[in-house]
Amino acid sequence: MTMKWTSGGMKSPLSRARGLGSAKSGSHHWMMQRVTAVSNAVLGLWFVWSVLTLANADYAIVRDWLAAPVNAILMILFVISSYYHAVLGLQVVTEDYVHCEGLKVIKLMGQKLLYTGLGVACVFAVLKVAL
Amino acid sequence: MSAPSGSTSGSSAADKAKRERPLSPHLQIYKPQITSVTSILHRATGVALALGLFVLGWGLIALASGEGSYAVFKDFWGSIFGMILLFGWSFAFFYHFCCGLRHLVMDTGRMMDIKGMYKAAYITYAGALVLTMGTWIVYFACSGY
Repeated sequence: MTMKWTSGGMKSPLSRARGLGSAKSGSHHWMMQRVTAVSNAVLGLWFVWSVLTLANADYAIVRDWLAAPVNAILMILFVISSYYHAVLGLQVVTEDYVHCEGLKVIKLMGQKLLYTGLGVACVFAVLKVAL
Repeated sequence: MSAPSGSTSGSSAADKAKRERPLSPHLQIYKPQITSVTSILHRATGVALALGLFVLGWGLIALASGEGSYAVFKDFWGSIFGMILLFGWSFAFFYHFCCGLRHLVMDTGRMMDIKGMYKAAYITYAGALVLTMGTWIVYFACSGY
């Protein structure tokens, strides 16, 4: 994420003067996108299968299903993995298409805060059902 | 950027050349190619799925809130309009799933030539269609239609 206040020894003098440039987190972003891609692939298939089998089920059955420890744990993992992956992906899209520096920083922050907030709400909802 | 006040005729000619430099044609100029379409679809489905996470949030929170909230959620997504949206999201999921696997393969340096690229792209399209159709066939079969 290019932000004006990042500093780092690996920057060229020009990029440091501009206040932009490598935040030295590029490979971490790339790697975490792959790590969450693998976990999403596995957990996503489980999620689609679960939705398929529960789509017509009554409230009590769905609630009992989510209250089972295995399902609650897998759902929390899926929420964390998918929300993290979404934030990483949306970050790249924003960086590619939003060219106004101020708007870009606001959108990047907004995305992170929104998805963190909703992700925590999801985890809380699962725990409320399961515990 | 304004020209420096003491500019000579040479530098103003350079300024003019800079202003009129040829620009690279933008996306819509190019004929769609399998490479670009596959890539753009991966990104578009990714954004769609990121929006779909709000539906996941709605569902989980509704489930935790009680029977009434869950009934509203279930009625909306069980309607024809909701099911059409879910059909779109299911395709987005399976496309992004298949294309994501393609990316993981490409990360190892495989399928990077033109022939491999075409092969991987067609496998991606076929996989996404088969998995989407299979999911809905299972759904309608289990629903007793």
